[in-house]
Amino acid sequence: MTIQQAQTEIEEEFELFDDWMQKYEHLIELGKDLPQISEEHKDDEHLIKGCQSRVWLDARLENGRVRYSADGDALITKGIISLLVRSLDDQPAADIVEADLKFIDRIGLKEHLSPTRANGLLSMAKQMKFYALAFQAQNGDAYG
Amino acid sequence: MTADEVQELRKEFPILGEHVHGQPLIYLDNAASSQKPLQVIDAEAQYYRHSHSNVHRGVHQMSQRATEAFEQAREKTRVFLNARETAEIIFTKGCTDAINTVAHGFGQTLSKGDEVLISHLEHHSNIVPWQMACERSGATLKVIPMKTDGTLDWSEELLTEATRIVAVNHVSNALGTINPVERIIADAHAKGAQVLIDGAQSGPHMAIDVQALDADYYCISGHKVYGPTGIGVLYGKLDRLKELPPYQGGGDMIKEVRFEGTTYAEPPFKFEAGTPNIAGAVALGAAFDFMASVGTERIARHEESLRKLGEEALMEIDGLRIYGTAKNKASVISFLIGTNHPYDTGVLLDQMGIAIRTGHHCTQPIMDHYDIPGTARASFAAYNTEEEVLKFVDGVKRVAQMLQ
Repeated sequence: MTIQQAQTEIEEEFELFDDWMQKYEHLIELGKDLPQISEEHKDDEHLIKGCQSRVWLDARLENGRVRYSADGDALITKGIISLLVRSLDDQPAADIVEADLKFIDRIGLKEHLSPTRANGLLSMAKQMKFYALAFQAQNGDAYG
Repeated sequence: MTADEVQELRKEFPILGEHVHGQPLIYLDNAASSQKPLQVIDAEAQYYRHSHSNVHRGVHQMSQRATEAFEQAREKTRVFLNARETAEIIFTKGCTDAINTVAHGFGQTLSKGDEVLISHLEHHSNIVPWQMACERSGATLKVIPMKTDGTLDWSEELLTEATRIVAVNHVSNALGTINPVERIIADAHAKGAQVLIDGAQSGPHMAIDVQALDADYYCISGHKVYGPTGIGVLYGKLDRLKELPPYQGGGDMIKEVRFEGTTYAEPPFKFEAGTPNIAGAVALGAAFDFMASVGTERIARHEESLRKLGEEALMEIDGLRIYGTAKNKASVISFLIGTNHPYDTGVLLDQMGIAIRTGHHCTQPIMDHYDIPGTARASFAAYNTEEEVLKFVDGVKRVAQMLQ
C-alpha cells in the first residue's frame, strides 16, 4: 500500500461517522492500539515536547523502509499519532519526505496539528519527515 | 444573583452569544481571562473617537482630554483598591509586569545573605522575577511549603532576620485557595520584611482593601477584572514607591535629564516610562465601574454558589478527583478523571462548546507536588449560570465515559 492509498483508506473510514463523538471515540480506540515505542526509548532523546501533552517517537530503517514506533501520554494525541504512523510507516524514505499530510485536515482534525495547540503533534509530524530525510541521506551515501 | 439577574447581566457581554463547534459557548476559562462587557468595549472606542492624544505634555485640548480620562481611570483604580492616594496607583502592562517592576527595583537593594520568601502556590510570574532578582544579587530564595489540600503551611518561623520581602498570591490560580495574606503581612511586618501580594486572581472575585490589608505592594491584572488586555496595576505604599528604584527609563518618568545624570519624577510617573496604554487604562476604569455597579460582594457570592454546585455534582462522578480542597476557596475547580490526561478532557469538552483550561496553569511546582502533568480547570465569572455549570458537569460525565 502506498502512502496515498493508506490516507485514502483513513479518509473513507472517517467518512462513516455522523458526529464528532463517534469520530473521537474511534480516535481514542486507535490510540489504544498504537504500535508502542519500547519503554527504553521513552527517554528525553525520543521525547517531543509539547506544553500540554508529551509524544515519543522512534524510527529505524528496515529493508529500505522506515519503521516508526511512538507513544503519547494523552489518548486523543495517541489517536492522531496512530493515523500519522499508519500513513507513513513501512514506506520508502523518499516517499515519506514528499508526503502530503493534508488528510488530517480532510478528516476534520486539522486543529490538532495546529502550532497553537502545543500538543507536540506538529513537531512530531515534522520529526517523522526528518528521520526519513536522514535515512535518505544515509542511503544516498551508501549507493554513492 | 437570581437567574433572571444573571440573564440580564449576560446581555452586556456580546461574546457570550458565540457558538463553537456548532454549540452555544459555555465559557469557563475565566481565571485565564474574563470576557468584556459593552461598557468596557465602548469606553475604549469612545476614547479613541473623542479624546485621544498623548497624555501629560500637551497644551492643546485633546491632550487635556486624554490626560483627564487617564487620570480619572487612576482615581477609579484607587477607589477599587481603597488606596490612600492616586499617586500609589501605577499602570503597567499587566500583573506580571507589575511584579517585575517591584522584583527588578527591589532586587537592586538585595545583597548576599538576604532572603526572599515566596510560596509553593505561586504562578510562574511570581517565581521567576524573584529568581532573577536573587541570581543578580546573590540573595536566597525560600519557599513557603504547601499542604496537600492546597493551603499554605504558613508559620512565622519561615521569616528570619534576613527576610527582606515576602511575595505571595492572594488566590491560587491553579487551585483556587484563598491564602491568609492578612496574617502573612502582619507577621512579615513584625519581622521588618515587606510584602507583595499577587492579586491576579483575587481582583475579579473579592473586594480588596489595600489599606486594611496593609500590603506594601499589590498587583492586579486588567483583563481578569473584565478589563482589556495589556493593562495592569501596581499599587505601592507611597513611601515604598519613593524608595523603589525605577524599572525602565524613558519619557514621563524623569524630572530632569542631563548627560551628566538624570533625576526621576515622583510616583506614579517614575514607573510609567514611555507613552502609557491610555485607552487600556480608560477601559479598565470602565471595568471597575462595571464591577461596582454589579457589586463585588454579589459577584463573589454568585461565583461561590456556582463553584459549590459544580463541586458537589462533579464529586458524584466515579474516579473524579478535585485538586485544591481548601475551605477558603475562590471560584476555581481543578480536577482529573481517573488516570486520564487533562488534554483529552479539554479537547472533548471543547467539542461540546465548553471552554475550560488544561495543563499546568503556569504552576509547575504545584503539579510536581501532586505528581501530575496538569489538571483540567473550570473557573467561573459573574455571567456564568447554574445551567452552564450543570451542562459542564454533564459534559464531564460524557468525557469520563468516552475515555473509559
